[in-house]
Amino acid sequence: METARQVFRRNLQENVEVCDGSPELHVLAVDDSLVDRKVIERLLKISSCKVTSVESGTRALQYLGLDGEKGKGSVGFDGLKVNLIMTDYSMPGMTGYELLKKIKQESSVLKEIPVVIMSSENILTRIDRCLEEGAEEYLVKPVKLSDVKRLKDFIMRGEGKDSGETRIRKRRRRDDHSSLPQSVTLSSSPALACDPSSTLMPSSAPSACSSKRAKLCI
Amino acid sequence: MDGVVQLQKQLVDYTASLFHEGFLDEQFNQLQQLQDESNPDFVVEVVSLFFEDSERLLNELGKTLEQKTVDFKKVDAHVHQLKGSSSSIGAQRVQKLCIAFRNCCEELNTEGCLKCLQQVKHEYSLVKNKLETLFKLEQQTIAAGGSIPTL
Repeated sequence: METARQVFRRNLQENVEVCDGSPELHVLAVDDSLVDRKVIERLLKISSCKVTSVESGTRALQYLGLDGEKGKGSVGFDGLKVNLIMTDYSMPGMTGYELLKKIKQESSVLKEIPVVIMSSENILTRIDRCLEEGAEEYLVKPVKLSDVKRLKDFIMRGEGKDSGETRIRKRRRRDDHSSLPQSVTLSSSPALACDPSSTLMPSSAPSACSSKRAKLCI
Repeated sequence: MDGVVQLQKQLVDYTASLFHEGFLDEQFNQLQQLQDESNPDFVVEVVSLFFEDSERLLNELGKTLEQKTVDFKKVDAHVHQLKGSSSSIGAQRVQKLCIAFRNCCEELNTEGCLKCLQQVKHEYSLVKNKLETLFKLEQQTIAAGGSIPTL
């Protein structure tokens, strides 16, 4: 166990060194749950990421400088550039979806930052809506270490470069556990295969910032 | 070193039983994997947060359901939070009851909700006891010079 973890971390660090610019990813985590914030912080730190965690969309916007001071771009209050935003969907006040929209619509600088939605609910319409609005991924909670690793790899590789590649998005994590609530949706279409016919995909012109990830593998 | 070996076996067996009986699920394993020498108390810390959070929520639920006119949206919001945090630490039984609880909310069923609340409270105190026992066993094992075996 120990060995595996050490190897895993060493590999991550190797990836980090190859990347130009800042040596570590800075992730802004947004979640109203204290328990979840603690877990996501640990997941990210163990994956060699810097973490700033806030409890609401409002605080996230403040941190990003979207809610007041202009011209801060993607730099947080502590001067660190934010490379990824991970936000819970269901939060009182501003939902993760609303936060996503604000980030994608109100700032030409901030909209470049990949935003990942996390949710305990596996609702197809919700997933679609988030992807449509520009979310990079929709992770079903609880988030696993493998999810974080995958995200980190993706970001390190550079968002703009892979527009030609097809990506498989794993949204359901607990396929072997029945405890995940299924009562909400998807009852009519169990185990959706990858759906490339999704209408979310804009024209296939590979553009750096607007390639929508429409492949849904549940 | 017999004592340590025995303690470790007790710990392994006890942990296994918690999984076997459905108190804990895979997510608890995930948390244990996030613990290491640099963060040796991670699991205890997260679980402690869960205890605090849950007790607050259960309290709130009791109050909300006692009102003359029950605000089911509020009840649902609290249950949703409890479901989330129990899922995050792997408290499977509590999480499952929360799902049933939310159904009662949707049906605007006060009686049903009160029953669910009782059940959730019961399951919560069970898993709390189990986890506290687990942590005690871990402490004893470490104090005796052993290490926490990873399953």
